[in-house]
Amino acid sequence: MNTVNLSINGHAVTVPATASVAAAIATTPAACFRRSVNGQPRAALCGMGVCFECRVRIDGNPHVRACMTPVGEGMQVHTDD
Amino acid sequence: MTEHYDVLVVGAGPAGLAAAQAAASHGARVGLVDAQARQGGQVWRHDAVHGTPRAASRAINASVGTRVPVTWLARHQVIAAQSQRLCAETPLGAVELSFGRLVIATGARELLLPFPGWTLPGVTGAGGLQALAKQGWPVRGKRVVVAGSGPLLWAAAASLRRHGARVLGIHEQASAAAMRAFALQLWRWPGRVAQALQLRAALHDVAHHCGSFVRRADGDAAVTSVQVTSGGTSMRVDCDLLAVGHGLVPNVALAGMLGCAMDRDGAHPVVQVDELLRTSVANIHAAGESCGIAGLSAARIEGRIAGHMAAGATAAATSLLRQRRHARRFGELLERHFALDPRLYALAEHDTIICRCEDVTLGALDGYTDARTARLATRCGMGACQGRVCGTALAQMGRFPRSDCRLPIFPARLATLADRASPPLPSRDSGDNHP
Ligand SMILES: Cc1cc2nc3c(=O)[nH]c(=O)nc-3n(C[C@H](O)[C@H](O)[C@H](O)COP(=O)(O)OP(=O)(O)OC[C@H]3O[C@@H](n4cnc5c(N)ncnc54)[C@H](O)[C@@H]3O)c2cc1C
Ligand code: FES
Repeated sequence: MNTVNLSINGHAVTVPATASVAAAIATTPAACFRRSVNGQPRAALCGMGVCFECRVRIDGNPHVRACMTPVGEGMQVHTDD
Repeated sequence: MTEHYDVLVVGAGPAGLAAAQAAASHGARVGLVDAQARQGGQVWRHDAVHGTPRAASRAINASVGTRVPVTWLARHQVIAAQSQRLCAETPLGAVELSFGRLVIATGARELLLPFPGWTLPGVTGAGGLQALAKQGWPVRGKRVVVAGSGPLLWAAAASLRRHGARVLGIHEQASAAAMRAFALQLWRWPGRVAQALQLRAALHDVAHHCGSFVRRADGDAAVTSVQVTSGGTSMRVDCDLLAVGHGLVPNVALAGMLGCAMDRDGAHPVVQVDELLRTSVANIHAAGESCGIAGLSAARIEGRIAGHMAAGATAAATSLLRQRRHARRFGELLERHFALDPRLYALAEHDTIICRCEDVTLGALDGYTDARTARLATRCGMGACQGRVCGTALAQMGRFPRSDCRLPIFPARLATLADRASPPLPSRDSGDNHP
């Protein structure tokens, strides 16, 4: 199976090349994807681009839906952990 | 720059794939647009571990093999529309697409109802967790409770097991009598019977509870247990994940923005079409779950009808009408037998968050009778999901009717909006926003 290496909150992660960023984040101990306006931890809910609970920073771009984004080699992902 | 297509199809699920193939078979120049990176839509979503389902590969390859091959536009999220033009956001910026005929095949999303603890990480939709598992989300060895309503629970549970999850039980809110009545009607759809038998075999050792639902989820940083109510009794189940969905709701935002008339399916709008899948707006067709929930077969047949019609091949479309009627009847069966128990609408408490984007509680909505006023006063539905989750839930709960259309239909990066050649499109009151 082809794999891709990316960084999530500074940790190196290797996942299948067809995985999403959401799935890659779930393989790490990151407790949450984002903090809600009142600071609660939130994670992916709908898995299909509708709820926006999986928003993270990818390569410097804020508020990107992790469940809609395929992983890429060398990608830098930051959650609100 | 604007790219022009004779026929543009939005949504590359079973309906959109069939539409693109049918239209291209008559020589039309067809563009197939989807926000996802791959074709397949929901039911045919590519699986990072198990690959693409065979039927999906066949449908995808068929559109490449047509007389004029279909142009596939991946990761194009349509965010705005005006008469014969659409604006899509892509990873590389905004793209404008113009069309002679449009086929709307935007599918459906899950109905997610609020209950105490539903915002905890580890609580997902049922189809939601299935989608995430297919994306490579690790579920192996995880204890999963599957709950909510509809045949999607079975499909989700089977997928999760295939990915190594320990499915602790399936909690269907419909009664055992309703489920039996549903099963007795199923013989009219032989394909469905085969699928049901397969799922039953795959789930033979998973407990299936009818008339049962999750009333709350508990945990600190993530869900660690749920309270399940079955008959008159309540019990605690320890788990790592809760996958809960209450059926499907059509995605009608794009059609609403283009001014297409809507019908109602309970609390939710569905795109109004005639038998040949023409919407109320000339040159715009709709197919699949955006016109109401009826499953895979209806989506495929309707895609073909809409594709033929969009290419001007009325005779080819007409020959499929009988098949369509039969497939659509399955939707009526679902609606009858999986009607939601009103107790589900009373699970959220005063301090339960309803709007997850803005952290608005149920209590904060007291005293408001329509979504727009509530939105202005409390920010409920103002966040990134634009009310797709909370607005849909509140309508289902009988709290507020679904509200008006907002632009863009998905939050766009400012750069995308700035890229747009045309001035901002006017906001339209379509009786729905919610995409
Ligand atoms: C999460 C989920 C899981 C499901 N799993 C199953 C299953 O396992 N088995 C089963 O029988 N049924 C399943 N269903 C039911 C399923 O919806 C139908 O059987 C079938 O997929 C409907 O086909 P469709 O072509 O109408 O829509 P979909 O398959 O939903 O396809 C619609 C497509 O349109 C795209 N889209 C929507 N809006 C836009 C936009 N503005 N811009 C660009 N693209 C857009 C979406 O990304 C999507 O790919 C599932 C539904 C959901 C929501
Ligand atoms: S999980 Fe809902 S948008 Fe990504």
